[in-house]
Amino acid sequence: MGGLTRSYFIQRVLMFFLTIWIGVTLTFVIPRLSGSDPTTAMLLTMMNQRGYVENADKIIESYKTSFGLNDPLPIQYIRYLGHVVRFDYGFSFARFPTAAWDMVTPALPWTLILLSVAAVLSFLIGVTVGSLMGWRKTPRWLQSILPISLTFTSIPYFMFGILLISIIAFKLHWLPATGGYSRSVDPGWNLPFIKDVLLHAVLPLISIVLTSMGGWALGMRGLMIGVNNEDYFLLAQAKGLSPARVFFRYGIRNAILPALTAFALGIGSLIGGSILVEFIFAYPGTGYTLYRAIQEQDYTVIQTITNLIIIITAAGVLILDLLYPLIDPRITYKRNVAS
Amino acid sequence: MASDQKVLEVNDLNVHYFTPRGAVIAANAVNLYVKEGEIVGLVGESGCGKTTVAMSILQMVSAPGRIVGGEIKIEGQNIVNLPEKELRKIRWRKLALIPQGAMNSLNPVIKIREQMEDGITAHEKVRGVALRDKVFKLLNDVGLPERVYNMFPHELSGGMKQRVCIAMAVALNPVIIIADEPTSALDVVVQRVVAQTLLDVKTRLGVSMIMIGHDMGLQAQMVDRVAVMYAGNLVEVGPVGSIFEHPYHPYTRLLIDAIPSTKQKKSLKVTEGLTHDLRNPPRGCCFQFRCPFVRDACREKPPAFKQMAPDHFVACVQY
Repeated sequence: MGGLTRSYFIQRVLMFFLTIWIGVTLTFVIPRLSGSDPTTAMLLTMMNQRGYVENADKIIESYKTSFGLNDPLPIQYIRYLGHVVRFDYGFSFARFPTAAWDMVTPALPWTLILLSVAAVLSFLIGVTVGSLMGWRKTPRWLQSILPISLTFTSIPYFMFGILLISIIAFKLHWLPATGGYSRSVDPGWNLPFIKDVLLHAVLPLISIVLTSMGGWALGMRGLMIGVNNEDYFLLAQAKGLSPARVFFRYGIRNAILPALTAFALGIGSLIGGSILVEFIFAYPGTGYTLYRAIQEQDYTVIQTITNLIIIITAAGVLILDLLYPLIDPRITYKRNVAS
Repeated sequence: MASDQKVLEVNDLNVHYFTPRGAVIAANAVNLYVKEGEIVGLVGESGCGKTTVAMSILQMVSAPGRIVGGEIKIEGQNIVNLPEKELRKIRWRKLALIPQGAMNSLNPVIKIREQMEDGITAHEKVRGVALRDKVFKLLNDVGLPERVYNMFPHELSGGMKQRVCIAMAVALNPVIIIADEPTSALDVVVQRVVAQTLLDVKTRLGVSMIMIGHDMGLQAQMVDRVAVMYAGNLVEVGPVGSIFEHPYHPYTRLLIDAIPSTKQKKSLKVTEGLTHDLRNPPRGCCFQFRCPFVRDACREKPPAFKQMAPDHFVACVQY
């Protein structure tokens, strides 16, 4: 049972597009509700920098025309949807000749790799620690040690990042402090570069993993304690199964389901990045790009990144929806389950 | 049918739950035995310690509970404080459990086949086709179709699930099965089916059983001997016929009176008073606060067991 039916698949995929459409529309509407005008804002920045700008009105008008802001909203909207489909949002407001998309693409691999590794690591470690904490049969000594690993959770990760930089990078000189790679290496598929990139990733990775695994661990501990009292868990013990089998097949297997959902929902936030972490470590990722775009009121770049977040979150949910019945057979694709 | 060999002996079992405000005495000097091929019913109201006794026999009393005294012997071997490894060898092979909650006792995300097979393979070297055939046979024996093999628990009804549990419990021909209210979560019709399945299996295999329940009517039809518990104490033990014909303990009488009858309309007798705080048992008889026949002697020292009929014992000062 629980096979993937075509109608369920189509339904989910339609849902996927619907979610994206709604999200994307919101990113179109919200800035236009804010009442602040990006072109005026640009001019104000210019004025702040240079003191006085001649023909400000004309400049604003020409900007508005070139960005298409003078057209009626429906037309803007349709043009915007075209942008979304083509992944091309036009020029960056703040750095005019550069396309918004080109501002984001160089940052994407940095963030994607760093954060997905960090997310997977903190999930795996957190789930393991949490399950062991919640399991009654965990040896005493282990049970008393494990909570220590959670102390980092109470430290904000940016504080922890600063701490790491000051101790490990500046005092001990073990690892590089900031950036994605050193200037001394040639970017490309060569060994020194890859090694350098990995070394640069260690500190941001540690600061994210250590501070975020505690959340998973605490959640998993609670879920595991719940499973500990389930009748099937007791029966598994009464059957004289090996502790490892009870732990994995009847413990984690059941307790992990809600945690997996949370994990899938968190996939989207990977693109948004750990803005503060990227900022502290001057890591060339999308989080940092988003931060700068917000500061510069660079709407097209903000839209590019938010829409990416929307699409990836929706994709995560879609994948989860399609995979879930494999993980939890109680969820069936069929509308009417014959019993 | 029942031989005189005792397959299970519970001697002087004391189980306490250690709470911040004192130890809850959940089983107080419980003595019980089960002979080969016998079904002993353990009855009493909720919270009287039936399940605690069952869990003690399985060595699965959960914290903060602990067995503080007594021994539990299976075929003569004391299993109290046996190391986990030794215990695992005894579990399921000699000592099986049919759990209380029919609805939740199977893991919802694992197929029936795997749940039946892992109990077998943990103790016996059966693999492949032989293992599958064994599971098929077990399913057939409890009246389930073979297609159940590849199903998930949520695809079965409550009665089917409980029959799967029965099939699982008898898989290794255990010496004794603890059935913890095996029919309590089911509706009346299904209760009958499950009870019948249980009896069939029992007759065919000659397995001994402790059947826990508070349904005196069901007990009357199934068990050979009844043990009545109140507030952690055994108050009366005897052959089922003898107990129903002549209940000696006032509490047993109340339990039997509580069985509804179609012949006469009687008002439900709700016993006056509450059970005492189990952390702080009174001196004397445990039932003194609710007993209609309480007298001064009851408050002095706990009554000793007296034999009233062959195999029929009661702990009450009246006799």
